[in-house]
Parts: sequence; structure tokens; C-alpha cells
Amino acid sequence: MNSVGIVGTGLAGIRAAEALRSEGFEGRIMIVGDESTAPYDRPPLSKDVLLGKCDLKDISLLDTGAREDLDAEWILGIRAVALDPISKVLTLDDGRALDFDGLVIASGARARRLSGMRDVAGVHTLRTIEDAHRLRDDLSQFRRVVVVGGGFIGAEVASSARSLGNDVTIVESEKTPLLRQLGQVAAEAVSRLHVEHGVRLVTEVSVTAILGEHRVSGVELSDGRILAADVVVVGVGAEPNVEWLRTSGITCDSGVLTDEWCRTDVPYVVAAGDVASYRSRSGSLRIEHWTNARDMPLTAARSLLAEMCGRDAMDGPPYDPLPYVWSDQYGRHLQMAGRPGHGDVLELVSGAFEERWLAVYRHNGEVTGVLGVDTPKEFGHLKRELRSSWARRGTAISSM
Amino acid sequence: MIQLCPSADLVPRKVTRIVKPELPVPLALIKIGELIYCIDDTCSHEPTSLADGWLENFEVECPLHESRFDIRTGKPDCPPARHSIRTHPVAIVDGMICVEEASVRMDASDDAPVVDAVR
Repeated sequence: MNSVGIVGTGLAGIRAAEALRSEGFEGRIMIVGDESTAPYDRPPLSKDVLLGKCDLKDISLLDTGAREDLDAEWILGIRAVALDPISKVLTLDDGRALDFDGLVIASGARARRLSGMRDVAGVHTLRTIEDAHRLRDDLSQFRRVVVVGGGFIGAEVASSARSLGNDVTIVESEKTPLLRQLGQVAAEAVSRLHVEHGVRLVTEVSVTAILGEHRVSGVELSDGRILAADVVVVGVGAEPNVEWLRTSGITCDSGVLTDEWCRTDVPYVVAAGDVASYRSRSGSLRIEHWTNARDMPLTAARSLLAEMCGRDAMDGPPYDPLPYVWSDQYGRHLQMAGRPGHGDVLELVSGAFEERWLAVYRHNGEVTGVLGVDTPKEFGHLKRELRSSWARRGTAISSM
Repeated sequence: MIQLCPSADLVPRKVTRIVKPELPVPLALIKIGELIYCIDDTCSHEPTSLADGWLENFEVECPLHESRFDIRTGKPDCPPARHSIRTHPVAIVDGMICVEEASVRMDASDDAPVVDAVR
């Protein structure tokens, strides 16, 4: 019972390795990842990396000391292609087979592409440092940028491109960007920032074609319009990297299904981060927030070690965090905690939508979410309160 | 010695931000029991005031991204912060909380970011 494999070198993979060590695991840790770069943090990719304010060395997840402390074997630039959980063998794309006693699946997610999207120069998604470098180069050489999708990544790219002086248009299929996540009132308040900063918003249309022969020249919209573009950035969400598990027998839905202790339906295999879909009070949840990749691996590592040592993982606390996400756009800091439902009512607590503000979502009077723009102190207080009521409600539900 | 504020002004377990022309960076003071702790007020991850955060036991939580710094050692408990903030010894002189100039000087920092590109 002496070796653990980790698939994935993003935040979740690194946090899993750190948690294994801090929980006292002294055996071999083998970390496999398809990116050849040393582990790095992704949030700055859409912001300071695009702006040229920082680069790979500034966003490293492990400094030299921390890397030495981990004492792991690194298998970088290599993809895991298959898993046999019965004989406990991981197959890599260079033909190697790794034996393990326990495995952490942290293979993350990849940027979703538009269906039928052609690979012409100038069309980008943003997920890796290489993606960010390519996009940064294009933004400095070309002027007209179309961002497809007004979610957090799209909004942050638009904001960065605008401050680099690019001419930016966002194409959003909903009536307002972030409509599903924030609801109408807050989505309007947030998306106003785009317009105020000179970004054009084209809504309720989708992109039907990428135009251009060798390099993108524009996009065709579902209403027949054509938008000229030198650079197109597609920010339409992410898809979990689960294909390599197809023959493993591990149940995957939209992500690797786990219980509240991050255990898959196969012994000695746990999952965490963007790839994992964990059982929660409101069904299976696959959360792509950075905070989820930071926190979920702790539970996963504890559960795995418990199992490897013959203890019951369920003696430890289940994974049931208050979801929390932030976004930086146009110099504004947006924070959101909780998981408000579609019909929940937004109530302004302080400030005004034109500047800095703080609001809560309510369902039957009870607070289900907190949303703030440039109000970190007040937001923190409300988030604290929500965190405790969230924990109480979770206990109430699980004991029913 | 730089005078920060009268010790009587501190509310127990409340993080108090101190900004003064003679200070190169803002500081934060926390009184717990009879002890007074002094830390750099700015989060080591992104510039934001830790006094806007939340104190729990001996940790102050950054209001933006939830890294918690131990006010005794300056160490963060989890990412995104990876570097410690500085802690400073203080003394009470005639009821005033004071800090050594040498401690708060920026070149006095011995925990400057050390992040290498590693492969």
C-alpha cells in the first residue's frame, strides 16, 4: 500500500499531492499530466498573463522548496490513456504502465469548442499557458476581437483585450451575459461594465460559422449578420476530461461520479476538481470554480488514505462546501457565494448598481447566495453567515 | 520606534488597519487576550487589506480569495497566497503601541517572493 498515482497537474492534482503528504502519507507519489510545463495557476491567464504583467514563473503552483517537500515523481507532457482499477494499472500514451495502490483522478476539463469549429489561425480558446501566449501575441498584432460567450472567461478576456486597446465585441446567446448564473437584475448590472468600457454586446444570437481561409476574417451569426474579426476567442464553457476512463468501469456522467467523500464507484480511486461530479444535497454537482479545485482534493486524499489504511472514509467530514467564485473585470472585483436557484429574488443590501454594490439572493426568505462588486469586507461578512447556515441546512438535509 | 496607536484604542479580536506617512506599508494590529500582534496589512497574493477580512482564532482570512494568514507567523494556510506576510514585534511605550522602524522597512524583508520556474 505504498504508492499513489495522481492524474492531472492542475491545482486539484497539486493540492491532492500536498494533502497526501500533510495527512502523513510517506509512500511514492507519481504525478502524471499532459502539460509539459511545471504546475501553474490558471486564473491569471485571462488577466495579467494576457496583459503581459506576469508569466509562467510568476504563477507557479510550487516553488522549489515546496516541490522538494512533495518528493513526488513527475511524469509531465504525458497523457494517461487508460485505467484498469482491478489490476491497478495506469496506461500512459508513451506505452508505459504505472502500478499504483491508490489513484486520484484530477484530469480537469478542457475548453469547449463550437460545434464544427474550424482550426484556422486567429481562433482561440483559453485554458493553458500556451493558449494564453498565443492569444497575447494575436491581441498585440491585430485589432478586431470577437469574444464568443459572455461568461466569466469571456468577460475577463474582453476586459483584458479592451485595456490593451483592442476593438472588442462579445457575442452572447442569452439576452444578457451571465443570465443563468446571476439572474436578470444582477446580470444586467454586471454586463453594463462591458458597455461602459466600450465593448459591444451582441446578444440573443449564436455563431454559425467561422469565416476566413487561412486566417479568421470574421464570424457569421444566426441572424445572418457577419462580424468582421482578426481574432476570435471562444469562451463557451468547459468539458471534463473523462474519455480516458471509458474502459475503466468507473461511472462517469458529466464528470467522474463520486460520493460526498470524493470516492468513485471503484475502490482505491478518488476524484477531485473540475473533472469530478460529487454527490450533494441537490444532486450531482460538477463545479468548475477555482475554490473547488483547491478544497475538494483534501477530502479526496483523506478518503483515499483511509481506505488504503483500512479505515472508514465516512468517519471524516463529507465534502459540502459553500460554492465561491470571483472574477476581475475592468478593474472591478466581483464575488459570488452560494448557489441561488433560478427563481430566487435578488435584494440589494448596499450601494448602487452603477458603482459598488452588495446583494443577496433569497428563496422563501432564506439567503441562498451573496453577490458583491467591489465590496469585499461586507461581502465577507455575509459569506460567513451564509457559510454557517449552509452547513446547518446540509446537516438537516442529510439527517432527514 | 514608530508610534502606531494608543493601545486603549484596540478592540479585542478586531483587526485594526494602521496607515501613517512614516510607515512604508499599511500595518494591521490585532489584540488577543493581553497580547498584541502586528502584521503587514496587505495580502501577499493580491493587494487588498487584510483588515477587511475576518479573524478566527489566530488566523486572518483574506476577504478576496480566502487564504488565511497565521498572525503569529505570517504563514498562509492555503492558496492562492503562497508567500508569508511579515509579522512585526511591537512594544507599548506610555500607552502607545510602537514598532521598530527596521522591522517595517521594505528592505528588511527576508521573505521576499521566491518562486522559480521549475521543470
